[in-house]
Amino acid sequence: MSVEHRVAGTPARRVDGIAKVTGAARFTVDLSVPGMAYASVVRSTRAHARIASIDRAAAAASPGVLRVLTGEDLLAAGLTPYYGHVVLDHPVLAIERVRFHGEPVALVVAETKREATEAAELVEVAYEELPAVIDAHDALKPDAPILHERRGERVGDEGMDQGEGGLVGNVCAIARVGWGDVEKAFAGAHLVVEGEYRYPMLYGYAMEPYNALALFDQGDLVVYSSAQHVYMVRRDLARMFHLPLARVRVSAPYVGGGYGTKSYTKVEGMTAAAAFFTGRAVKLDLSVEEAILTTRSASARIRARSAFTADGMLLARDFEIVMNSGAYTDNSPLVNSKTANRCFGPYRIPALRVVARSMFTNTVPSSSLRGFGAPQGNIAGELQMDEAAAKLGIDPVELRMRNLVGPGEEFMPGKRPLDADLREDLRCLASALEWPGATVGRSIGLGVSASDAGAYPTSTAAVRIHSDSSVTLFTGSTELGQGSRTVLSQIVAEEMGVPLASVSVVNGDTGVASYERTTGASRTTTITGRAVQEACRDARLRVRGLAAETLGVGVEEIEDTAGGIRAQGRELSYGEVIERWFGAGGEVLGHGAVRRDAGFAQMPPFYEIGCSGLELSVDRETGEVHITKLTTVGDVGFAINPALVHGQDAGAAMMGLGAALHEELVYDGEQLANPNVVDYRVPRFSDVPDQVIHLLAERRDGSGPYGAKGGGEGAGNTIGGSVASALGRLFGVFPHQLPATPERVWRLMREAEKKDRPR
Amino acid sequence: MGRREIHLRLNGRDRRALVEDQVLLIELVRSLGLVGTKLSCDMQVCGACTVLLDGRPVSSCTTLAIEADGKPVETIEGLADGTKLHPLQEAFIDHFAFQCGYCTPGMIVSAKALLDEHPAPDAAEVRHWMEGNICRCTGYQTIVDAVLDAADQLRSVS
Repeated sequence: MSVEHRVAGTPARRVDGIAKVTGAARFTVDLSVPGMAYASVVRSTRAHARIASIDRAAAAASPGVLRVLTGEDLLAAGLTPYYGHVVLDHPVLAIERVRFHGEPVALVVAETKREATEAAELVEVAYEELPAVIDAHDALKPDAPILHERRGERVGDEGMDQGEGGLVGNVCAIARVGWGDVEKAFAGAHLVVEGEYRYPMLYGYAMEPYNALALFDQGDLVVYSSAQHVYMVRRDLARMFHLPLARVRVSAPYVGGGYGTKSYTKVEGMTAAAAFFTGRAVKLDLSVEEAILTTRSASARIRARSAFTADGMLLARDFEIVMNSGAYTDNSPLVNSKTANRCFGPYRIPALRVVARSMFTNTVPSSSLRGFGAPQGNIAGELQMDEAAAKLGIDPVELRMRNLVGPGEEFMPGKRPLDADLREDLRCLASALEWPGATVGRSIGLGVSASDAGAYPTSTAAVRIHSDSSVTLFTGSTELGQGSRTVLSQIVAEEMGVPLASVSVVNGDTGVASYERTTGASRTTTITGRAVQEACRDARLRVRGLAAETLGVGVEEIEDTAGGIRAQGRELSYGEVIERWFGAGGEVLGHGAVRRDAGFAQMPPFYEIGCSGLELSVDRETGEVHITKLTTVGDVGFAINPALVHGQDAGAAMMGLGAALHEELVYDGEQLANPNVVDYRVPRFSDVPDQVIHLLAERRDGSGPYGAKGGGEGAGNTIGGSVASALGRLFGVFPHQLPATPERVWRLMREAEKKDRPR
Repeated sequence: MGRREIHLRLNGRDRRALVEDQVLLIELVRSLGLVGTKLSCDMQVCGACTVLLDGRPVSSCTTLAIEADGKPVETIEGLADGTKLHPLQEAFIDHFAFQCGYCTPGMIVSAKALLDEHPAPDAAEVRHWMEGNICRCTGYQTIVDAVLDAADQLRSVS
């Protein structure tokens, strides 16, 4: 089937291009309003302690200081001093107790940033220390200190499940997936592969640190923030200040990186509290060090077993996952359940058992980061395919081919069948990587994944057709750099038959843009895109209605044309119809909504495909890994803007490489040892692989516009596993822990030598 | 801590500013409305705050404003000629060499310093020169492509 498009499918230039290359783009951090005050955070110097007292006299007397706020002030004022979209347990400012080193304890508001920062040093907090637990496995022990004796109120709606049964002690969330008789399958297996796999704790390093500007305007709370989910933040703020949703406006202008790390509420509550108590507009800009103390991703330790027949067919898989949630619930229940769903892979598995627990610890709260459980789980699931292949003497690509589910085949009972041809994707990947590789000293690793992506499919959009036929799109989806303004403009131009240059987008602002549940889980093109299509259809329907009235003909006699209508042999543009109907000026508004129905009735809304791999070499002296080739297959159904898809694949893969080779937040006792971007090393120019190939797979098999489906995470999800797999194939010993730092690789080589040495 | 008046040539225009000794160059340029220059790591490793001081790229987060006294300073706002973009800016758009755009001003300013000094770099030289600029979105390859393309454009013009 060939479908003709004018704008969809073209690498249209980014609509935000000029703003971003000239420095004109205004991020939240660039915003100011006259009379604005500044806030600075006082942070806990203990990992777990009771707050005995807070002496704020010296700080309050410091020059320029307007107010020193604590959690008790929020309570006393009758505010709801907690936030959270699943469980209401995250204090805006600590109340009675601190649960991690770096937790906000007080907030100083002053006339200038320097005055606020200097006064923050003068706040004296006395602590009564409590025993702390840092490691997630330690948190499981019966004698572990308990972080939350009383659980916060559960406020999550559908799609925000925390799990049932076993939410005791420090268990923040629990997820179970499974079917079949696992023990029986293991008992009858030809080969059982077993191991423990570790994925590191990461910091997303969105380069614009968390910041917000808050003010009250005629009693309405207005917050500008570097936030991904403006509507989720709105809900937290409305609850905190007991305001109707309509009286809270959250706006995200240009956002300096997100990758999931700016999902949900971060500093908005604190900043709004400062505005509430001082009656001023208040700005709070965190440093990168403070951003690291705000949100990180969950590390995972996974015990896994896989059972195979002699010819490499999977019989059963068994995963026991322990993740580190940190001090508060935040988004850990969702990450935990996604890890459970994403660890075993899109394979035919007769018997499966997955139990995942996310544990409260006295560490920085963990939340979303690109891939969202997929990279954590993938290393266990995919590496066991390689380990089994090595033991069975079967080519690892062939072993995967034998077990992969086909297009339209269900692999999670009751869930959407696979909307991709992963076998063909894998064939393309292997071919591009010249699998199995022939260069001495180099090794190829690859992997696949299918993530239940998209999140809960509630989305709306609105379009206004103006009297010159140009169109404004309103969407609550936030532009984080992924290019949603551009892609959604392309969909509008395509649907309305107008030039791309006459489409404008107003987005990420709850005051004016249309409701969007979240901006994450690679959902915007697929789900928001469908809402945009619906809005365009609604607008065109209304134009036909106006035309029928104006021309005095039946609606059924009116046809759509590119940019207008045709009736009685005459063509009129939208603008002409509008002006004729109104007499002068005017506009037409169209609204679109999608929900868990029609194409999105079955969850997930789509699978996000991961199919990427790499070739690497190792410096035998230092253990340093060098990536000689990186290949991604972007199976996005249809690339509405191929250049933007490549951009997502390249970015996701590079982030995956960071975690695979360098990145890891390390706790040294009760404090982070490397909370800065000198000691926490992210990929640089020198880490660009020698050769990079981004392929596209476009089979129009997605549930989004024109057969599109999402792709912002997939390319990175298999990279950690691919590095481990390539190293394992090179040395004959598979590393089970990332990142594969030079030291770890050097140790792996020594281990391999020992194994090879005849006794 | 004193205050002193400094004179600088900022994006081709003479500017005067009264600054305290400890004020950083990034604070000065941003206070003058040039907020294209971005703060991120605040410790001279990410390059987001790169400006040209006397033609050389510096991290304005760790450079004192008084060091700019009597010198030319160029920020991202100084590259375009009115609405006519610099070839580097055109190339960054053409190659999709940015996503969120937060690192982009520093990235383009660093690249300009490279091309001012080495008009015909190869890919390895671009990567080496740009090592001090971090981008979390793109994976860097499109940036290398854009800088090489801009170098071609600039050479064909001159």
